[in-house]
Amino acid sequence: MSAAATPLLAIRGLRAAYGKIEALKGVDIEINAGEIVALIGANGAGKSTLMMTIFGRPRAREGRIEFDGRDITGVPTHEIARLRIAQSPEGRRIFPRMSVAENLQMGADATENSEADRAAGLERVFALFPRLKERMTQRGGTLSGGEQQMLAIGRALMSRPRLLMLDEPSLGLAPLIARQIFDAIRTLNRQDGLTVLIVEQNANHALKLAHRGYVLVNGLITLSGTGSELLQRPEIRAAYLEGGRRG
Amino acid sequence: MLDTKPAFILKKASLSALVALVLFSLMIGLRTEAGPEGKLIYWTRFGDLATIVAIVFGGSIVIELLRQWIGPVGAAALVPAWLQKLMDFVGRWLGPALLGFAILVPVIFYDQRYILDLAILVLTYVMLGWGLNVVVGLAGLLDLGYVAFYAVGAYSYALLATTFGLSFWICLPLAGILAAFWGVLLGFPVLRLRGDYLAIVTLAFGEIIRLVLINWQDFTGGPNGISGIPRPSFFGIPLTADEDGFAARFGLEFSPTHRVVFLFYVILAMALLTNWVTIRLRRLPIGRAWEALREDEVACRALGINITATKLTAFATGAMFGGFAGAFFATRQGFISPESFTFQESALVLAIVVLGGMGSQLGVALAAVAMIGGFELFRGLDQYRMLVFGFAMVLLMIWRPRGLVGHRAPTVFLKQSRAISSDLVKEGHG
Repeated sequence: MSAAATPLLAIRGLRAAYGKIEALKGVDIEINAGEIVALIGANGAGKSTLMMTIFGRPRAREGRIEFDGRDITGVPTHEIARLRIAQSPEGRRIFPRMSVAENLQMGADATENSEADRAAGLERVFALFPRLKERMTQRGGTLSGGEQQMLAIGRALMSRPRLLMLDEPSLGLAPLIARQIFDAIRTLNRQDGLTVLIVEQNANHALKLAHRGYVLVNGLITLSGTGSELLQRPEIRAAYLEGGRRG
Repeated sequence: MLDTKPAFILKKASLSALVALVLFSLMIGLRTEAGPEGKLIYWTRFGDLATIVAIVFGGSIVIELLRQWIGPVGAAALVPAWLQKLMDFVGRWLGPALLGFAILVPVIFYDQRYILDLAILVLTYVMLGWGLNVVVGLAGLLDLGYVAFYAVGAYSYALLATTFGLSFWICLPLAGILAAFWGVLLGFPVLRLRGDYLAIVTLAFGEIIRLVLINWQDFTGGPNGISGIPRPSFFGIPLTADEDGFAARFGLEFSPTHRVVFLFYVILAMALLTNWVTIRLRRLPIGRAWEALREDEVACRALGINITATKLTAFATGAMFGGFAGAFFATRQGFISPESFTFQESALVLAIVVLGGMGSQLGVALAAVAMIGGFELFRGLDQYRMLVFGFAMVLLMIWRPRGLVGHRAPTVFLKQSRAISSDLVKEGHG
């Protein structure tokens, strides 16, 4: 990746805490436009907190978050989404009693104002996940886990994001379905040049998918490099791959 | 699977009988009364107690047998196709039919003052129910202090009309605006609260308003209330027996029923306005945001929805309709006092919303008719009225836990609109 251009998202010295418990202890991350970046780490390492802090909840105690050269550290949560940073939160969190179409519409409400933009957004999502089109009038809560994940990603895509953040998209999914989800992310990146930050416990999949990766341990970045580099590192293999497989 | 052994059934029935024995031994087994010298005398009624316990025992055996006989089967087997078709038909036409009937009520029951008064009361609660439905049904914010906005509306009109002599039609929007303002005021401190905690704060808010009304003697008249509140006029023409009154102007014979009929149509129009606004709002982004907020607050944040604005508008909109209803209540009664605005009222309106099916406009209207109308219907039962009511509510919550109309109509249509029955949908997240 070219180092000369300003990164799309730059995080420097980020600290965040829940009360007295410090979850992030000075994190530095850069994501360039058009990249897929994976953030891997064990439970409680601070992966989700990092993603939430970009969205201003919890607020950063120290450090800076810059999006496209602009400091967004203190911007209110709902305005961050309007800068076209979209998030698919952990555990999918679709709206169970609302229909698939309504769920998708919710993703567009904050950013897309014209009816035509919304319709175009729907077409894009349905092209990526034809299954959702079939289930358009069905309630979100009646979808299978994989379909719900597609819906969560589709909903995030409705705002035409410049940066898509996915929190554990493979959580609780069968391996085959998880692969479909990862394939869809790869397609989005290749065809539309979408920049993606993916948080995963499934390190093997995530690092194969990603251009670059960061390893987060106890609120600190301990390793970084390209996806294939990280996959070769013995400590990664021991901690997140082979060890994970045995346990 | 179910255990069909007689021993199991007997065990269950005995347990029910035991519970009945404990419950009723004091309620029915003992009877106390003030004796001739003012002393408390009591006697036992073990015969009645034994009968009740025996009924419970027998009844629970029958219920258990029935349950095993019917067993867990699909809805298709229980409800034949023609009945489902009929139910679909009724479901489609019930709303319009009810509306038509409501419009005709003053024509049909012109001579029956009691029914007209009751109809006005029912419509007031329909309106309150629809107003609270915005807050509780759509936005999912449990509000136990809704009566506060009803009170603000009523006192706004009463004070503005008696102090400044403003007419009802000028005060009505003012009452709504003031109530909405108090809605926002309540909204701010509870922005971070959810569920039980929110319910407690709103409950307290309702009580604070009532206590202020009682204790701020110089302003609100305290426990004596405000009397002599002016009646509404028919576009400036008073509904009185005077020369320039409504009857004289239109060449009719004066009748006090004119005013009642007029009031009926006023509250009907206000209720329909509430309904129309709510239906429109539901299809706008703000209405969708309310519903999404009810479903999942975290997801709303992730989608860039302004939670603060969403919650405050929900509180303000609901409060505004409560304020309108309050102003109408004041003008109809001609007299208001803090006694009309107790927690009981909040609970009643909330019960209407919950029984009707949260978020369903038709369900809320049906529940209001059933609760207020039914309450009057059972007047003959005296003291057992509350018992019948409690029983009916328990049964309803067992059989229709999502309320009378638990179905939620989608608001986004893409070419065809097809709904999935709520019975097929599991409650909860993910």
